Amino acid sequence: MKRFALGILAAGTTALTPIAASAQTEIQFWHAFTGRLGELVATQVEEFNAAQDDYTVTAVYKGNYSETLNAGIAAFRAGEQPHVLMVFEVGTATMMGAEGAVRPVYQVMEESGAEFDPDAYIGAVKGYYTTTDGRMLSLPFNSSTPVLWVNRDRLEGAGIDPDTDLTTWDQVGEVLDQLAAAGEQCPLVTAWQSWIHLENLSAYHDVPFASQENGFAGADAELMLNGELQVAHIAKMGEWAKDGKFVYTGRRNEGGANFRSGDCALFTESSAGYAGIKAEAGFDFDVRPLPYWEGAGNAPQNTIIGGASLWVMEGHEAPEYEGVAEFLNYLSSTPVQAQWHQDTGYLPITIAAGEATRDAGFYDENPGTDVAVMQMTRNEPTANSKGIRLGSFDQIRGIIDEELEAVWAGDKTAQEALDSAKERGDQLLRRFERTAR
Amino acid sequence: MDKRVTFKGWALPLLLIAPQAAISAVFFFYPAGQAVWQSLFIPDPFGLSSQFVGLENFTYLLGDPYYRAAFATTAVFSGLVTLCSMVPALFLAVMADRLVKGAGTYRTLLIWPYAVAPAVAGVLWLFMFNTRVGVVSWYLGQLGYDWNHVLNQGEAMGLVVIASSWGRISYNFLFFFAALQAVPKSVIEAAAIDGARFWRRFFTIVLPLLSPTTFFLLVVNVVYSFFETFGVIHTITGGGPQQATTILVYKVFSDGFVGQDLGSSSAQSVILLLVVGALTVLQFKFLEKRVHY
Repeated sequence: MKRFALGILAAGTTALTPIAASAQTEIQFWHAFTGRLGELVATQVEEFNAAQDDYTVTAVYKGNYSETLNAGIAAFRAGEQPHVLMVFEVGTATMMGAEGAVRPVYQVMEESGAEFDPDAYIGAVKGYYTTTDGRMLSLPFNSSTPVLWVNRDRLEGAGIDPDTDLTTWDQVGEVLDQLAAAGEQCPLVTAWQSWIHLENLSAYHDVPFASQENGFAGADAELMLNGELQVAHIAKMGEWAKDGKFVYTGRRNEGGANFRSGDCALFTESSAGYAGIKAEAGFDFDVRPLPYWEGAGNAPQNTIIGGASLWVMEGHEAPEYEGVAEFLNYLSSTPVQAQWHQDTGYLPITIAAGEATRDAGFYDENPGTDVAVMQMTRNEPTANSKGIRLGSFDQIRGIIDEELEAVWAGDKTAQEALDSAKERGDQLLRRFERTAR
Repeated sequence: MDKRVTFKGWALPLLLIAPQAAISAVFFFYPAGQAVWQSLFIPDPFGLSSQFVGLENFTYLLGDPYYRAAFATTAVFSGLVTLCSMVPALFLAVMADRLVKGAGTYRTLLIWPYAVAPAVAGVLWLFMFNTRVGVVSWYLGQLGYDWNHVLNQGEAMGLVVIASSWGRISYNFLFFFAALQAVPKSVIEAAAIDGARFWRRFFTIVLPLLSPTTFFLLVVNVVYSFFETFGVIHTITGGGPQQATTILVYKVFSDGFVGQDLGSSSAQSVILLLVVGALTVLQFKFLEKRVHY
């Protein structure tokens, strides 16, 4: 009998333990970071969990950006959605259209009574995720902008002054000529061609990428990526591709491997390529601002961001949203953001985090890490340079990739390819417009 | 006279087919029915609202030249995958069948690739043909051939065909090998005594006797190339360059899960279902007549 009672007791305590542990409110956070970035996110979450007793954030890796978004959508349809979902900038219009599925960040903050000042965020970052009447819908998390990476050893090897001015595409063109003449196999390589060579190109020169303020002012936007400037730029790139001065490596950031191994001289890639390049590059490298075409549009205006923001999903209990608010506040606090910026090369999304980084002397020790910040903030964003908000944008980028490949392969002229991209993209936009109704 | 075994009453036969019927209902009829239903709507991604549009998703698709081009791409891709996975498999099976020593070892080694998941196979081949560090592309470069499947449409198609066929050869090998074992030795010996050489014996006796297996594999491989090759294409080319490797099933994925256009994606699944169904019926109607069981 005594043994029996002990058994009951033992069973009882084991059964009770998990209940005691789950007294903390759990908050699910689904993200798209693996490798080094995944570790950094895990550290942030651990620190948040250790810093307070009321909430436990569980961070789950759900695959790449597209997969994470799909996981979130599928989970919502099944009523199993996480509290916080990381969505890349291209998915912004999809999330905004999902009224009833997402709870805007300004509302989460307001209801929880947490301190929240939207003006603390860098304008160009905030603008991307804010409605035209100034309400912040999602919390900017990781934002980057394209810059020009330079392999100084390659330039020197070709007899070019590694400090040569690469401010404009004309100057870059001359350097490419010299590199090719010196027998370089890979003078220029790029990542994310649509983002850098069309979306950012347009914003940087203050010309529209799509009508209706790049989609911010209405879902009836049409693509305008086949304008004079874009066609001229893609035509030039096509010419470089034909002459072997621009090497195409793929639709995503495949070119990063070519640059980090030291094969390529110039590389247009996100500022967030910093962590990888710094870790792997066995050569002397440099970060320069993204080049522009002298005299075209209002260049240099400002470049736009890529990356992701955090969306709060509907369908949870009120106390859980308080935890969400606390977690989001923690993530955008100055020390966390400053550390993130310095570790990854992503932009400091708050003004204070940028200043803290400067005060700590980081930019002096790591020259070039502030290029992206300056490039983003050099001018007040215009209607053409605050971002792009188009439905089905992930797939439109796929279409743009296909059409650009036709240019690089010499199958189509820049004009034909971009006209076709506009026509095909507009079809998708019209379909998306109908779902948003 | 036919010898027929019949059940008395209905209870037992119904009970016996119940598990299979249940599986079909849950994993085929229910999702297929959902696809047909959804193909009549334009829903938003989160399932919060949807509008009935009748057959508009279908007319939209069939009016799209890029969708029609995907049909041609699929035909070329499936034809090549079926051919490249069956012919080498038959050749290897015939060779392994002739072995006296070490047949077991060869057999095992030949079956191994089947254990590799398509997406993993895709990554392996992608690595070998990587334009920068790939072993094969390096050798091709030494021979003066500039391999670049990132921009060259023909090379991209070739690569996904090889990667899709490779693991499949093992599967086909297994069936051909088993079928070869079942070919009566006496028939072959009689032909040999009559003076028929190996390849003549193969084409006039063995191949016709293999026809049931060949037919079965043809049907199964066509279905495989339509559906299961998704992982290979996703990891190697993502449907590119341009649209060179965008087969129908890949377009279902990209419209549904990249574009979140579930209406169009469902309509495409329905079309795909009809195409594969029609193809299988045709195969049974016309090819099966030439099969000797």
